[in-house]
Amino acid sequence: MSDAAAEREARSSYGRLLAYLAAWSRDVTAAEDALGEAFLEAVDTWPRTGVPDKPEAWLLAVARRRLIDVARHAKVEDAASVTLRLVMDRAHEEASAKSVFPDERLKLLFVCAHPAIDEAARTPLMLQTVLGLDAARIASAFLVAPAAMGQRLVRVKAKIRDAGIHFEIPEPHELPSRLDSVLDAIYAAYGSGWEDVTGADPHRRGLAEEAIWLGRLVTELLPAAPEARGLLALMLHCEARREARRDAQGAYVPLGLQDVALWSRPMIEEAEALLRAAAEAKQPGRFQLEAAIQSVHAQRAVTGSTDWEAIALLYEGLIRLAPAIGVQVGYAAALAEHRGAKSGLSALDALPAGAIAGYQPYWALRAHLLKRLGRAGEARHASARAAGLSEDPAVRNFLRDSFDSASESA
Amino acid sequence: MKYTILVYETASDFSARSDEARKDAYWGAFRAYTQALTEAGIMVGGAGLQPPPHGTTIRQRDGRRQVQDGPFAETKEQLGGYYLIDVPSLDKALEWAARCPSAASGAVEVRPNLSM
Repeated sequence: MSDAAAEREARSSYGRLLAYLAAWSRDVTAAEDALGEAFLEAVDTWPRTGVPDKPEAWLLAVARRRLIDVARHAKVEDAASVTLRLVMDRAHEEASAKSVFPDERLKLLFVCAHPAIDEAARTPLMLQTVLGLDAARIASAFLVAPAAMGQRLVRVKAKIRDAGIHFEIPEPHELPSRLDSVLDAIYAAYGSGWEDVTGADPHRRGLAEEAIWLGRLVTELLPAAPEARGLLALMLHCEARREARRDAQGAYVPLGLQDVALWSRPMIEEAEALLRAAAEAKQPGRFQLEAAIQSVHAQRAVTGSTDWEAIALLYEGLIRLAPAIGVQVGYAAALAEHRGAKSGLSALDALPAGAIAGYQPYWALRAHLLKRLGRAGEARHASARAAGLSEDPAVRNFLRDSFDSASESA
Repeated sequence: MKYTILVYETASDFSARSDEARKDAYWGAFRAYTQALTEAGIMVGGAGLQPPPHGTTIRQRDGRRQVQDGPFAETKEQLGGYYLIDVPSLDKALEWAARCPSAASGAVEVRPNLSM
């Protein structure tokens, strides 16, 4: 098995075990501790005894015993219910030794993105429980102090236990909105730390791979959900362009100037197939629309041009569903290409000051449009603002190079 | 809530300040960053510092004074300046600190100010 395959295997195994134990004990922290101890015991025992036939069942049995010990010591339950649990446990153990234990990860995903959980904690919780990422790595990706991230995770897990949040698949009437929260949390992992996912530095991958992995997991566990497919299609379209976002010298290359030969064909094809399959359900949604916009961009590899009118229309639909600042700026960019820089600039002017103060793509687009309109001084000012809001030296250099020459050409 | 962004620069960053080939990029990036902080309305103050060799360090020990040329400790990155900002939370302060040009070459530290 290759390292990558082994890692995928370990990740999948960890999430399945933890989801099962957490659903069984209704206590995520206790389940994590018990599973951690089971892994430690495995590291200690397996080299001597050899790896058991069913390593997962072995780990599960050890972890479950730990959970029962802890519950007994904590005296949170009376003796009778512990005995009952033990009897059930033995029955479970026999069952799981024979058959594969059920995959409870979908329930765990719904718990992580439960409306009672603080929105900012949902993605980190998902990454920690389903993928087993450590708090420090998650904190770096989300630009949060590691100690604060650790505390946040502890707090939300206590809330799940104390509020008795159920490990269950939501009722059909609740499912769409609850699934939206799960998908939002996964997309937040894809874009973690980046205001503009399409321009993100390909070397600072963040949690893109983890997010795509989660996206695949949801489409496998909920094959009937078109928005889950839409999200996966969207992430794959963005991921397909990773290598094209920087030139050989490491300089930033905007989407319109990217060499389409560097785009990943297999990823684009997979994204297109997902989007077609999603469309069959005839339930359009935010992620399908966003993926459709990226799909239009991907067409440039075939036709050599970009259908900006189609992109503008898709953004109009998106604004009606989810008028986030990134969507509004994307719409303005499409308008500028389709109807001219003036239309794009008017759309930007209409955006509220509070939303744009720290939003880099707004200032980058504004600078670009002002330059096209021959307003070089204002363009330079806006480009400096965009550079000051950028974390990425390549983007800063690109802005400097583009707008220093603006003064000469104007 | 007030936070100080401490800007730690490498020797290469310090030399970029006066290097003909690199100084425009260096100062341009800091000017742009300062402009973004100011126009977002969160900048309270700050200063750029002259390079570490211009520092003089004083210690008083057992009634005796020790004065030494240079910075208080020889480390790979040295304090090159600071920004004082006013934002609602540490999360916001980190978001702004990550945009500081030195975050990509040296290091940037965020400290909550003591309220006095």
